[in-house]
Amino acid sequence: MRRKPKSAVTRAVDIIVIAVAIFLVGYIIHKVDTVMIYEWHWDFLWEYILRWDEEQQAYAPNLLLKGLTATFGLVIWSMLLASVIGIVMGIMRTSSRIFFRTVSRLYVEFIRNMPPVVFIFVFFFFLSSQFVPLLGIDQLSVDASPQTIAVLEILLGPPELFANVISGIICLALFEGAYITEIIRAGIQSIDKGQTEAGQSIGLSRFQTLRWIIFPQAVRKVLPPLAGQFITLIKDSSILALISIQELTFLAQEVAYSTQYVFEVWLFVAGVYFCICYSLAFLFTRLEKRTHRIYQS
Amino acid sequence: MEQMISLKNVFKYFGEFRALNDVSLEVAGGERVVVCGPSGSGKSTMIRCINRLEEHDDGEIWVNKNELTEDTRNIAQIRKDIGMVFQQFNLFPHLSVVDNLTLAHMKARGLYKADSTDLAMTYLNRVHIPEQAMKYPAQLSGGQQQRVAIARSLCMQPKIMLFDEPTSALDPEMIKEVLDVMIELAEEGMTMIVVTHEMGFAKKAADKVVFMDEGEVVESAPTEQFFSQPESDRTKLFLSQILTH
Ligand SMILES: Nc1ncnc2c1ncn2[C@@H]1O[C@H](COP(=O)(O)OP(=O)(O)OP(=O)(O)O)[C@@H](O)[C@H]1O
Ligand SMILES: [Mg+2]
Repeated sequence: MRRKPKSAVTRAVDIIVIAVAIFLVGYIIHKVDTVMIYEWHWDFLWEYILRWDEEQQAYAPNLLLKGLTATFGLVIWSMLLASVIGIVMGIMRTSSRIFFRTVSRLYVEFIRNMPPVVFIFVFFFFLSSQFVPLLGIDQLSVDASPQTIAVLEILLGPPELFANVISGIICLALFEGAYITEIIRAGIQSIDKGQTEAGQSIGLSRFQTLRWIIFPQAVRKVLPPLAGQFITLIKDSSILALISIQELTFLAQEVAYSTQYVFEVWLFVAGVYFCICYSLAFLFTRLEKRTHRIYQS
Repeated sequence: MEQMISLKNVFKYFGEFRALNDVSLEVAGGERVVVCGPSGSGKSTMIRCINRLEEHDDGEIWVNKNELTEDTRNIAQIRKDIGMVFQQFNLFPHLSVVDNLTLAHMKARGLYKADSTDLAMTYLNRVHIPEQAMKYPAQLSGGQQQRVAIARSLCMQPKIMLFDEPTSALDPEMIKEVLDVMIELAEEGMTMIVVTHEMGFAKKAADKVVFMDEGEVVESAPTEQFFSQPESDRTKLFLSQILTH
Protein backbone atom coordinates (compact mmCIF):
# COMPACT_ATOMS: atom_id res chain seq x y z
CA MET A 1 0.00 0.00 0.00
CA ARG A 2 1.43 3.34 -0.94
CA ARG A 3 0.74 6.11 1.52
CA LYS A 4 -1.05 9.17 0.36
CA PRO A 5 1.22 12.22 0.54
CA LYS A 6 0.34 14.20 3.63
CA SER A 7 -1.51 17.43 3.13
CA ALA A 8 -0.15 20.68 4.53
CA VAL A 9 -2.87 20.70 7.18
CA THR A 10 -2.09 17.24 8.57
CA ARG A 11 1.57 18.11 8.59
CA ALA A 12 0.86 21.29 10.54
CA VAL A 13 -1.26 19.31 12.99
CA ASP A 14 1.58 16.80 13.39
CA ILE A 15 4.03 19.56 14.18
CA ILE A 16 1.70 21.17 16.71
CA VAL A 17 1.11 17.84 18.46
CA ILE A 18 4.81 17.14 18.69
CA ALA A 19 5.55 20.63 19.91
CA VAL A 20 2.91 20.39 22.64
CA ALA A 21 4.25 16.98 23.70
CA ILE A 22 7.81 18.29 23.94
CA PHE A 23 6.63 21.29 25.89
CA LEU A 24 4.69 19.13 28.37
CA VAL A 25 7.57 16.76 28.94
CA GLY A 26 9.95 19.67 29.42
CA TYR A 27 7.54 21.33 31.81
CA ILE A 28 7.19 18.21 33.93
CA ILE A 29 10.94 17.70 34.10
CA HIS A 30 11.35 21.33 35.00
CA LYS A 31 8.74 21.04 37.77
CA VAL A 32 10.28 17.88 39.16
CA ASP A 33 13.67 19.54 39.05
CA THR A 34 12.78 22.85 40.62
CA VAL A 35 9.62 22.52 42.66
CA MET A 36 10.05 19.02 44.02
CA ILE A 37 13.81 19.29 44.16
CA TYR A 38 14.04 15.66 43.25
CA GLU A 39 17.39 13.96 43.22
CA TRP A 40 17.58 11.26 40.61
CA HIS A 41 19.10 7.91 41.54
CA TRP A 42 19.41 5.79 38.47
CA ASP A 43 22.42 3.62 39.28
CA PHE A 44 20.67 1.62 42.00
CA LEU A 45 18.52 0.10 39.25
CA TRP A 46 21.41 -2.05 38.12
CA GLU A 47 21.52 -4.14 41.24
CA TYR A 48 17.83 -4.85 40.88
CA ILE A 49 18.43 -6.09 37.39
CA LEU A 50 21.54 -8.18 38.05
CA ARG A 51 22.91 -8.87 41.48
CA TRP A 52 26.24 -10.29 42.49
CA ASP A 53 25.75 -13.69 44.08
CA GLU A 54 28.46 -14.18 46.72
CA GLU A 55 27.94 -17.92 47.08
CA GLN A 56 27.98 -18.71 43.38
CA GLN A 57 30.53 -16.05 42.60
CA ALA A 58 28.44 -15.02 39.59
CA TYR A 59 25.82 -12.52 38.52
CA ALA A 60 22.23 -13.62 39.05
CA PRO A 61 19.05 -11.99 37.82
CA ASN A 62 17.36 -9.85 40.40
CA LEU A 63 13.73 -8.79 40.76
CA LEU A 64 13.39 -6.56 37.73
CA LEU A 65 15.01 -8.98 35.31
CA LYS A 66 13.08 -11.87 36.83
CA GLY A 67 9.92 -9.87 36.35
CA LEU A 68 10.81 -9.16 32.76
CA THR A 69 11.43 -12.83 32.00
CA ALA A 70 8.18 -13.75 33.71
CA THR A 71 6.32 -11.17 31.67
CA PHE A 72 7.87 -12.52 28.50
CA GLY A 73 6.78 -16.07 29.31
CA LEU A 74 3.35 -14.93 30.35
CA VAL A 75 2.86 -12.87 27.26
CA ILE A 76 4.11 -15.44 24.76
CA TRP A 77 2.01 -18.28 26.15
CA SER A 78 -1.03 -16.06 26.49
CA MET A 79 -0.66 -14.94 22.88
CA LEU A 80 -0.51 -18.52 21.67
CA LEU A 81 -3.42 -19.64 23.80
CA ALA A 82 -5.47 -16.54 23.01
CA SER A 83 -4.84 -17.11 19.29
CA VAL A 84 -6.02 -20.70 19.52
CA ILE A 85 -9.12 -19.62 21.43
CA GLY A 86 -9.68 -16.77 19.00
CA ILE A 87 -9.36 -18.95 15.92
CA VAL A 88 -11.67 -21.67 17.22
CA MET A 89 -14.23 -19.20 18.54
CA GLY A 90 -13.92 -17.01 15.45
CA ILE A 91 -14.70 -19.97 13.21
CA MET A 92 -17.60 -20.89 15.46
CA ARG A 93 -18.88 -17.32 15.14
CA THR A 94 -19.23 -17.83 11.39
CA SER A 95 -20.61 -21.36 11.63
CA SER A 96 -23.94 -22.22 10.07
CA ARG A 97 -24.95 -24.04 13.28
CA ILE A 98 -26.78 -21.83 15.71
CA PHE A 99 -25.35 -23.71 18.71
CA PHE A 100 -21.75 -22.83 17.84
CA ARG A 101 -22.67 -19.27 17.00
CA THR A 102 -24.45 -18.83 20.33
CA VAL A 103 -21.64 -20.28 22.42
CA SER A 104 -18.99 -18.04 20.92
CA ARG A 105 -21.32 -15.06 20.93
CA LEU A 106 -21.94 -15.49 24.64
CA TYR A 107 -18.23 -15.80 25.31
CA VAL A 108 -17.43 -12.63 23.41
CA GLU A 109 -20.26 -10.59 24.90
CA PHE A 110 -19.51 -11.78 28.43
CA ILE A 111 -15.94 -10.62 28.24
CA ARG A 112 -16.37 -7.49 26.19
CA ASN A 113 -18.84 -6.07 28.68
CA MET A 114 -16.68 -6.47 31.74
CA PRO A 115 -13.69 -4.42 32.89
CA PRO A 116 -10.52 -6.51 32.61
CA VAL A 117 -9.67 -6.10 36.27
CA VAL A 118 -13.07 -7.38 37.38
CA PHE A 119 -12.90 -10.29 34.98
CA ILE A 120 -9.49 -11.25 36.24
CA PHE A 121 -10.52 -11.08 39.89
CA VAL A 122 -13.59 -13.21 39.27
CA PHE A 123 -11.88 -15.66 37.06
CA PHE A 124 -8.69 -15.95 39.03
CA PHE A 125 -10.64 -16.88 42.12
CA PHE A 126 -12.41 -19.60 40.17
CA LEU A 127 -9.19 -20.78 38.52
CA SER A 128 -7.02 -20.93 41.58
CA SER A 129 -9.65 -22.45 43.86
CA GLN A 130 -11.20 -24.95 41.41
CA PHE A 131 -9.48 -25.40 38.12
CA VAL A 132 -5.82 -25.52 39.14
CA PRO A 133 -6.32 -28.16 41.88
CA LEU A 134 -8.57 -30.08 39.49
CA LEU A 135 -5.84 -30.37 36.90
CA GLY A 136 -3.28 -31.05 39.58
CA ILE A 137 -1.21 -28.08 38.47
CA ASP A 138 -0.45 -27.15 42.08
CA GLN A 139 1.06 -30.62 42.56
CA LEU A 140 3.07 -30.38 39.39
CA SER A 141 6.24 -29.06 40.97
CA VAL A 142 6.08 -31.84 43.57
CA ASP A 143 5.04 -34.87 41.52
CA ALA A 144 6.65 -34.37 38.13
CA SER A 145 9.94 -35.97 37.15
CA PRO A 146 13.06 -33.79 37.24
CA GLN A 147 13.22 -33.79 33.43
CA THR A 148 9.65 -32.57 33.11
CA ILE A 149 10.35 -29.89 35.66
CA ALA A 150 13.47 -28.84 33.81
CA VAL A 151 11.50 -28.43 30.59
CA LEU A 152 8.68 -26.62 32.33
CA GLU A 153 11.17 -24.35 34.04
CA ILE A 154 12.41 -23.18 30.67
CA LEU A 155 8.85 -22.65 29.48
CA LEU A 156 7.26 -21.19 32.59
CA GLY A 157 9.92 -20.05 35.04
CA PRO A 158 10.63 -21.20 38.60
CA PRO A 159 8.71 -24.36 39.68
CA GLU A 160 7.28 -22.88 42.87
CA LEU A 161 5.37 -20.40 40.70
CA PHE A 162 3.94 -22.83 38.11
CA ALA A 163 0.38 -22.70 39.43
CA ASN A 164 0.61 -18.95 39.75
CA VAL A 165 1.90 -18.43 36.20
CA ILE A 166 -0.47 -20.90 34.59
CA SER A 167 -3.48 -19.24 36.19
CA GLY A 168 -2.20 -15.92 34.94
CA ILE A 169 -1.75 -17.23 31.41
CA ILE A 170 -5.23 -18.71 31.29
CA CYS A 171 -6.82 -15.54 32.64
CA LEU A 172 -5.09 -13.30 30.18
CA ALA A 173 -5.64 -15.62 27.22
CA LEU A 174 -9.35 -16.00 27.94
CA PHE A 175 -9.72 -12.26 28.19
CA GLU A 176 -7.81 -11.32 25.06
CA GLY A 177 -9.17 -14.35 23.18
CA ALA A 178 -12.56 -12.67 23.01
CA TYR A 179 -11.16 -9.74 21.10
CA ILE A 180 -9.15 -12.01 18.83
CA THR A 181 -12.37 -13.95 18.17
CA GLU A 182 -13.95 -10.81 16.81
CA ILE A 183 -10.89 -10.03 14.70
CA ILE A 184 -10.89 -13.51 13.20
CA ARG A 185 -14.63 -13.38 12.56
CA ALA A 186 -14.28 -10.08 10.74
CA GLY A 187 -11.38 -11.50 8.74
CA ILE A 188 -13.31 -14.58 7.65
CA GLN A 189 -16.40 -12.56 6.77
CA SER A 190 -14.38 -10.08 4.75
CA ILE A 191 -13.58 -12.77 2.19
CA ASP A 192 -15.98 -12.82 -0.73
CA LYS A 193 -18.65 -15.54 -0.62
CA GLY A 194 -17.68 -16.53 -4.15
CA GLN A 195 -14.45 -17.99 -2.75
CA THR A 196 -16.34 -20.42 -0.56
CA GLU A 197 -18.67 -21.31 -3.41
CA ALA A 198 -15.77 -21.93 -5.77
CA GLY A 199 -14.16 -24.15 -3.14
CA GLN A 200 -17.33 -26.14 -2.63
CA SER A 201 -17.96 -26.46 -6.34
CA ILE A 202 -14.59 -28.14 -6.89
CA GLY A 203 -15.35 -30.60 -4.15
CA LEU A 204 -13.60 -29.21 -1.09
CA SER A 205 -15.32 -29.77 2.23
CA ARG A 206 -16.34 -26.92 4.46
CA PHE A 207 -13.25 -27.35 6.58
CA GLN A 208 -10.91 -27.68 3.60
CA THR A 209 -12.36 -24.52 2.09
CA LEU A 210 -11.78 -22.70 5.34
CA ARG A 211 -8.29 -24.07 5.78
CA TRP A 212 -6.93 -23.65 2.26
CA ILE A 213 -8.92 -20.79 0.78
CA ILE A 214 -10.49 -18.53 3.37
CA PHE A 215 -7.85 -18.64 6.09
CA PRO A 216 -4.79 -17.80 4.00
CA GLN A 217 -6.60 -14.77 2.64
CA ALA A 218 -8.08 -13.74 5.98
CA VAL A 219 -4.71 -13.90 7.75
CA ARG A 220 -3.35 -11.11 5.64
CA LYS A 221 -6.32 -8.93 6.46
CA VAL A 222 -6.23 -9.58 10.19
CA LEU A 223 -2.51 -8.97 10.70
CA PRO A 224 -2.82 -5.25 11.53
CA PRO A 225 -5.69 -5.55 14.04
CA LEU A 226 -4.06 -8.67 15.46
CA ALA A 227 -0.83 -6.77 16.06
CA GLY A 228 -2.83 -4.13 17.90
CA GLN A 229 -4.48 -6.77 20.04
CA PHE A 230 -1.18 -8.43 20.88
CA ILE A 231 0.18 -5.08 22.02
CA THR A 232 -2.90 -4.60 24.16
CA LEU A 233 -2.28 -8.07 25.58
CA ILE A 234 1.24 -7.10 26.59
CA LYS A 235 -0.02 -3.99 28.31
CA ASP A 236 -2.91 -5.82 29.96
CA SER A 237 -0.49 -8.40 31.32
CA SER A 238 0.45 -5.81 33.94
CA ILE A 239 -3.04 -6.14 35.40
CA LEU A 240 -2.02 -9.60 36.54
CA ALA A 241 0.07 -7.87 39.21
CA LEU A 242 -3.23 -7.40 41.03
CA ILE A 243 -3.58 -11.13 41.53
CA SER A 244 0.05 -11.46 42.60
CA ILE A 245 1.37 -12.99 39.42
CA GLN A 246 5.08 -12.31 39.79
CA GLU A 247 5.62 -10.43 36.58
CA LEU A 248 7.35 -7.17 35.79
CA THR A 249 4.76 -4.78 37.21
CA PHE A 250 4.28 -6.78 40.39
CA LEU A 251 7.99 -7.03 41.13
CA ALA A 252 8.58 -3.42 40.15
CA GLN A 253 6.04 -2.46 42.75
CA GLU A 254 8.03 -4.33 45.36
CA VAL A 255 11.23 -2.63 44.30
CA ALA A 256 9.53 0.75 44.33
CA TYR A 257 8.21 0.18 47.86
CA SER A 258 11.42 -1.13 49.28
CA THR A 259 13.75 1.43 47.73
CA GLN A 260 11.37 4.40 47.67
CA TYR A 261 12.78 5.39 44.28
CA VAL A 262 9.29 5.42 42.85
CA PHE A 263 9.96 7.68 39.88
CA GLU A 264 13.01 5.85 38.65
CA VAL A 265 11.49 2.41 38.94
CA TRP A 266 8.27 3.25 37.13
CA LEU A 267 9.95 5.29 34.42
CA PHE A 268 12.26 2.36 33.81
CA VAL A 269 9.38 -0.10 33.70
CA ALA A 270 7.42 2.16 31.37
CA GLY A 271 10.46 2.28 29.10
CA VAL A 272 10.71 -1.50 29.09
CA TYR A 273 7.04 -1.94 28.15
CA PHE A 274 7.42 0.69 25.48
CA CYS A 275 10.39 -1.12 23.95
CA ILE A 276 8.60 -4.48 23.90
CA CYS A 277 5.41 -3.10 22.39
CA TYR A 278 7.21 -0.94 19.90
CA SER A 279 9.42 -3.79 18.66
CA LEU A 280 6.38 -5.99 18.25
CA ALA A 281 4.61 -3.34 16.22
CA PHE A 282 7.72 -3.01 14.10
CA LEU A 283 7.93 -6.75 13.58
CA PHE A 284 4.32 -6.92 12.46
CA THR A 285 4.79 -4.09 9.99
CA ARG A 286 7.62 -6.07 8.42
CA LEU A 287 5.54 -9.22 8.37
CA GLU A 288 2.67 -7.38 6.74
CA LYS A 289 4.94 -6.07 4.00
CA ARG A 290 6.19 -9.59 3.37
CA THR A 291 2.77 -11.17 3.09
CA HIS A 292 1.85 -8.32 0.81
CA ARG A 293 4.62 -9.20 -1.57
CA ILE A 294 3.62 -12.86 -1.74
CA TYR A 295 0.53 -12.26 -3.80
CA GLN A 296 -0.75 -9.10 -5.34
CA SER A 297 -4.45 -8.44 -5.65
CA MET B 1 -29.74 -41.00 -24.19
CA GLU B 2 -30.20 -41.30 -20.45
CA GLN B 3 -30.98 -38.36 -18.20
CA MET B 4 -28.03 -36.65 -16.61
CA ILE B 5 -29.88 -33.90 -14.79
CA SER B 6 -33.51 -33.81 -13.95
CA LEU B 7 -35.45 -31.15 -12.06
CA LYS B 8 -38.99 -32.04 -11.10
CA ASN B 9 -41.35 -29.32 -9.90
CA VAL B 10 -38.66 -27.43 -8.06
CA PHE B 11 -39.56 -24.48 -5.84
CA LYS B 12 -37.19 -22.11 -4.13
CA TYR B 13 -38.03 -19.25 -1.78
CA PHE B 14 -35.94 -16.41 -0.43
CA GLY B 15 -38.07 -15.52 2.57
CA GLU B 16 -41.47 -14.74 1.09
CA PHE B 17 -40.10 -14.25 -2.38
CA ARG B 18 -40.55 -17.14 -4.78
CA ALA B 19 -37.40 -17.34 -6.88
CA LEU B 20 -38.21 -20.67 -8.56
CA ASN B 21 -41.78 -21.52 -9.33
CA ASP B 22 -42.45 -25.13 -10.31
CA VAL B 23 -39.36 -25.51 -12.46
CA SER B 24 -38.90 -28.76 -14.38
CA LEU B 25 -36.00 -29.48 -16.67
CA GLU B 26 -34.48 -32.56 -18.24
CA VAL B 27 -30.91 -32.66 -19.53
CA ALA B 28 -29.62 -35.77 -21.22
CA GLY B 29 -25.99 -36.90 -21.12
CA GLY B 30 -23.98 -34.95 -23.68
CA GLU B 31 -26.74 -32.41 -24.17
CA ARG B 32 -25.96 -28.67 -24.27
CA VAL B 33 -28.62 -26.43 -22.81
CA VAL B 34 -28.60 -22.65 -22.90
CA VAL B 35 -30.71 -20.84 -20.29
CA CYS B 36 -31.74 -17.26 -20.94
CA GLY B 37 -34.18 -14.77 -19.53
CA PRO B 38 -34.38 -11.29 -18.06
CA SER B 39 -32.47 -10.25 -14.95
CA GLY B 40 -33.94 -11.65 -11.75
CA SER B 41 -35.79 -14.45 -13.53
CA GLY B 42 -34.12 -17.16 -11.45
CA LYS B 43 -31.50 -18.48 -13.89
CA SER B 44 -28.64 -18.37 -11.40
CA THR B 45 -30.83 -19.70 -8.63
CA MET B 46 -31.78 -22.69 -10.74
CA ILE B 47 -28.29 -23.76 -11.66
CA ARG B 48 -27.00 -23.03 -8.16
CA CYS B 49 -29.63 -25.41 -6.80
CA ILE B 50 -28.22 -28.13 -9.03
CA ASN B 51 -24.92 -28.25 -7.14
CA ARG B 52 -26.38 -27.22 -3.81
CA LEU B 53 -24.98 -23.73 -3.56
CA GLU B 54 -28.66 -22.98 -2.92
CA GLU B 55 -31.03 -25.39 -1.25
CA HIS B 56 -34.34 -26.00 -3.03
CA ASP B 57 -37.46 -25.98 -0.88
CA ASP B 58 -39.66 -28.36 -2.80
CA GLY B 59 -39.50 -30.78 -5.70
CA GLU B 60 -36.76 -33.16 -6.72
CA ILE B 61 -33.35 -32.69 -8.28
CA TRP B 62 -31.55 -35.72 -9.68
CA VAL B 63 -27.99 -35.65 -10.94
CA ASN B 64 -26.50 -38.73 -12.55
CA LYS B 65 -29.04 -40.98 -10.77
CA ASN B 66 -28.41 -39.43 -7.34
CA GLU B 67 -31.11 -37.44 -5.68
CA LEU B 68 -29.97 -34.21 -4.07
CA THR B 69 -30.90 -34.37 -0.38
CA GLU B 70 -29.63 -33.22 3.01
CA ASP B 71 -27.21 -36.13 2.97
CA THR B 72 -23.71 -34.66 2.76
CA ARG B 73 -22.32 -37.76 1.05
CA ASN B 74 -24.87 -37.33 -1.68
CA ILE B 75 -24.00 -33.67 -2.03
CA ALA B 76 -20.30 -34.52 -2.22
CA GLN B 77 -20.96 -37.11 -4.93
CA ILE B 78 -23.06 -34.69 -6.94
CA ARG B 79 -20.47 -31.94 -6.67
CA LYS B 80 -17.91 -34.42 -7.90
CA ASP B 81 -19.99 -34.89 -11.06
CA ILE B 82 -20.47 -31.17 -11.61
CA GLY B 83 -18.06 -28.36 -12.43
CA MET B 84 -19.16 -24.75 -12.16
CA VAL B 85 -17.93 -21.54 -13.75
CA PHE B 86 -18.97 -18.24 -12.21
CA GLN B 87 -19.56 -14.81 -13.65
CA GLN B 88 -16.90 -13.34 -11.34
CA PHE B 89 -14.37 -16.16 -12.01
CA ASN B 90 -13.79 -16.67 -8.27
CA LEU B 91 -10.20 -17.72 -8.69
CA PHE B 92 -8.18 -18.04 -5.49
CA PRO B 93 -6.06 -14.87 -5.47
CA HIS B 94 -3.46 -16.19 -3.02
CA LEU B 95 -2.57 -19.15 -5.23
CA SER B 96 -0.77 -19.28 -8.55
CA VAL B 97 -2.70 -20.45 -11.58
CA VAL B 98 -1.35 -23.98 -11.37
CA ASP B 99 -2.03 -24.13 -7.63
CA ASN B 100 -5.59 -23.01 -8.28
CA LEU B 101 -5.95 -26.10 -10.43
CA THR B 102 -4.16 -28.58 -8.21
CA LEU B 103 -5.58 -27.52 -4.84
CA ALA B 104 -8.71 -29.66 -4.85
CA HIS B 105 -6.89 -32.64 -6.30
CA MET B 106 -4.29 -32.57 -3.59
CA LYS B 107 -6.48 -31.68 -0.63
CA ALA B 108 -9.76 -33.39 -1.46
CA ARG B 109 -8.63 -36.36 -3.53
CA GLY B 110 -5.16 -36.89 -2.08
CA LEU B 111 -3.23 -36.86 -5.35
CA TYR B 112 0.52 -36.32 -5.38
CA LYS B 113 1.77 -32.92 -6.42
CA ALA B 114 3.53 -34.19 -9.53
CA ASP B 115 0.46 -36.05 -10.78
CA SER B 116 -1.92 -33.21 -10.15
CA THR B 117 0.49 -30.76 -11.76
CA ASP B 118 0.58 -32.91 -14.89
CA LEU B 119 -3.19 -32.96 -14.93
CA ALA B 120 -3.33 -29.21 -14.39
CA MET B 121 -0.98 -28.58 -17.31
CA THR B 122 -3.11 -30.79 -19.55
CA TYR B 123 -6.15 -28.66 -18.84
CA LEU B 124 -4.27 -25.37 -19.09
CA ASN B 125 -3.29 -26.56 -22.55
CA ARG B 126 -6.92 -27.25 -23.32
CA VAL B 127 -7.82 -23.64 -22.55
CA HIS B 128 -4.71 -22.44 -24.42
CA ILE B 129 -2.79 -20.74 -21.59
CA PRO B 130 -0.13 -23.19 -20.37
CA GLU B 131 2.41 -20.34 -20.33
CA GLN B 132 0.48 -18.56 -17.53
CA ALA B 133 0.82 -21.43 -15.08
CA MET B 134 3.12 -19.70 -12.64
CA LYS B 135 1.35 -16.35 -12.59
CA TYR B 136 -1.16 -15.15 -10.02
CA PRO B 137 -4.79 -14.47 -11.00
CA ALA B 138 -4.40 -10.72 -10.55
CA GLN B 139 -1.72 -10.71 -13.25
CA LEU B 140 -4.06 -12.13 -15.89
CA SER B 141 -6.66 -10.49 -18.13
CA GLY B 142 -10.32 -11.21 -17.49
CA GLY B 143 -10.54 -13.62 -20.39
CA GLN B 144 -7.51 -15.50 -19.19
CA GLN B 145 -8.87 -15.64 -15.66
CA GLN B 146 -12.13 -17.10 -16.85
CA ARG B 147 -10.30 -19.71 -18.90
CA VAL B 148 -8.28 -20.64 -15.82
CA ALA B 149 -11.57 -20.99 -13.94
CA ILE B 150 -12.86 -23.30 -16.67
CA ALA B 151 -9.67 -25.33 -16.54
CA ARG B 152 -9.93 -25.50 -12.74
CA SER B 153 -13.38 -27.06 -13.04
CA LEU B 154 -12.42 -29.39 -15.88
CA CYS B 155 -9.44 -30.55 -13.89
CA MET B 156 -11.80 -32.31 -11.50
CA GLN B 157 -13.03 -34.30 -14.51
CA PRO B 158 -16.73 -33.62 -14.05
CA LYS B 159 -19.50 -35.14 -16.16
CA ILE B 160 -21.45 -31.90 -16.23
CA MET B 161 -20.41 -28.26 -16.50
CA LEU B 162 -22.55 -25.38 -15.29
CA PHE B 163 -21.81 -21.87 -16.52
CA ASP B 164 -23.39 -18.83 -14.89
CA GLU B 165 -23.03 -15.92 -17.31
CA PRO B 166 -19.36 -16.72 -17.90
CA THR B 167 -18.78 -13.78 -20.26
CA SER B 168 -20.86 -11.06 -18.60
CA ALA B 169 -17.98 -9.63 -16.60
CA LEU B 170 -15.64 -9.54 -19.60
CA ASP B 171 -14.63 -6.78 -21.96
CA PRO B 172 -16.05 -7.41 -25.45
CA GLU B 173 -12.68 -8.30 -26.98
CA MET B 174 -12.22 -11.12 -24.47
CA ILE B 175 -15.62 -12.73 -24.84
CA LYS B 176 -14.68 -14.67 -27.94
CA GLU B 177 -11.68 -16.45 -26.41
CA VAL B 178 -13.86 -17.77 -23.61
CA LEU B 179 -16.73 -18.75 -25.89
CA ASP B 180 -14.29 -20.56 -28.19
CA VAL B 181 -13.13 -22.69 -25.30
CA MET B 182 -16.74 -23.44 -24.40
CA ILE B 183 -17.59 -24.38 -27.98
CA GLU B 184 -14.64 -26.77 -28.06
CA LEU B 185 -15.90 -28.30 -24.87
CA ALA B 186 -19.38 -28.69 -26.34
CA GLU B 187 -17.93 -30.38 -29.41
CA GLU B 188 -16.17 -32.89 -27.20
CA GLY B 189 -19.53 -34.00 -25.88
CA MET B 190 -19.58 -32.44 -22.38
CA THR B 191 -23.01 -32.12 -20.78
CA MET B 192 -23.46 -28.39 -20.27
CA ILE B 193 -25.96 -25.93 -18.86
CA VAL B 194 -25.00 -22.40 -19.80
CA VAL B 195 -26.74 -19.31 -18.53
CA THR B 196 -25.89 -16.64 -21.09
CA HIS B 197 -27.17 -13.83 -23.23
CA GLU B 198 -24.79 -14.76 -26.04
CA MET B 199 -27.32 -15.95 -28.56
CA GLY B 200 -24.56 -16.57 -31.08
CA PHE B 201 -23.16 -19.19 -28.74
CA ALA B 202 -26.62 -20.70 -28.29
CA LYS B 203 -27.14 -21.03 -32.04
CA LYS B 204 -23.74 -22.55 -32.56
CA ALA B 205 -23.44 -24.92 -29.62
CA ALA B 206 -26.78 -25.53 -27.93
CA ASP B 207 -29.12 -28.47 -28.50
CA LYS B 208 -31.85 -26.84 -26.50
CA VAL B 209 -32.69 -23.36 -25.26
CA VAL B 210 -34.68 -22.65 -22.12
CA PHE B 211 -36.32 -19.30 -21.50
CA MET B 212 -37.10 -18.31 -17.92
CA ASP B 213 -39.13 -15.45 -16.54
CA GLU B 214 -40.25 -14.70 -12.97
CA GLY B 215 -38.96 -17.99 -11.66
CA GLU B 216 -40.73 -20.12 -14.25
CA VAL B 217 -39.58 -22.01 -17.30
CA VAL B 218 -41.65 -20.25 -19.93
CA GLU B 219 -40.34 -22.05 -22.95
CA SER B 220 -38.00 -24.93 -23.64
CA ALA B 221 -37.34 -25.98 -27.22
CA PRO B 222 -34.66 -27.31 -29.58
CA THR B 223 -32.39 -24.43 -30.59
CA GLU B 224 -33.55 -24.16 -34.18
CA GLN B 225 -37.20 -24.10 -33.20
CA PHE B 226 -36.61 -21.74 -30.27
CA PHE B 227 -35.25 -19.02 -32.51
CA SER B 228 -37.41 -19.60 -35.60
CA GLN B 229 -40.81 -20.17 -34.04
CA PRO B 230 -40.98 -19.28 -30.33
CA GLU B 231 -44.41 -20.03 -28.87
CA SER B 232 -44.78 -17.66 -25.98
CA ASP B 233 -45.20 -13.92 -26.37
CA ARG B 234 -42.80 -13.31 -23.53
CA THR B 235 -40.11 -15.25 -25.39
CA LYS B 236 -40.76 -13.32 -28.57
CA LEU B 237 -40.50 -10.02 -26.70
CA PHE B 238 -37.28 -11.08 -25.00
CA LEU B 239 -35.76 -12.30 -28.25
CA SER B 240 -36.68 -9.12 -30.08
CA GLN B 241 -35.00 -7.09 -27.34
CA ILE B 242 -31.88 -9.15 -27.11
CA LEU B 243 -31.29 -9.75 -30.81
CA THR B 244 -31.49 -6.08 -31.73
CA HIS B 245 -28.44 -5.21 -29.62
N1 LIG C 1 -29.54 -14.88 -1.53
C1 LIG C 1 -30.68 -14.26 -1.93
N2 LIG C 1 -31.48 -13.69 -1.01
C2 LIG C 1 -32.63 -13.07 -1.39
N3 LIG C 1 -33.03 -12.97 -2.67
C3 LIG C 1 -32.27 -13.51 -3.62
C4 LIG C 1 -31.05 -14.18 -3.31
N4 LIG C 1 -30.50 -14.63 -4.46
C5 LIG C 1 -31.35 -14.25 -5.43
N5 LIG C 1 -32.40 -13.59 -4.94
C6 LIG C 1 -33.53 -13.06 -5.71
O1 LIG C 1 -34.04 -14.10 -6.50
C7 LIG C 1 -34.38 -13.62 -7.78
C8 LIG C 1 -33.70 -14.46 -8.83
O2 LIG C 1 -32.32 -14.24 -8.74
P1 LIG C 1 -31.28 -14.88 -9.76
O3 LIG C 1 -29.95 -14.43 -9.32
O4 LIG C 1 -31.53 -16.32 -9.84
O5 LIG C 1 -31.68 -14.18 -11.11
P2 LIG C 1 -30.95 -14.26 -12.51
O6 LIG C 1 -31.96 -14.74 -13.47
O7 LIG C 1 -29.70 -15.03 -12.39
O8 LIG C 1 -30.63 -12.74 -12.80
P3 LIG C 1 -29.35 -12.06 -13.43
O9 LIG C 1 -29.48 -12.13 -14.89
O10 LIG C 1 -29.41 -10.66 -12.93
O11 LIG C 1 -28.15 -12.80 -12.92
C9 LIG C 1 -33.98 -12.16 -7.85
O12 LIG C 1 -35.14 -11.38 -7.69
C10 LIG C 1 -33.07 -11.99 -6.69
O13 LIG C 1 -33.24 -10.71 -6.12
MG1 LIG D 1 -27.60 -14.56 -12.41
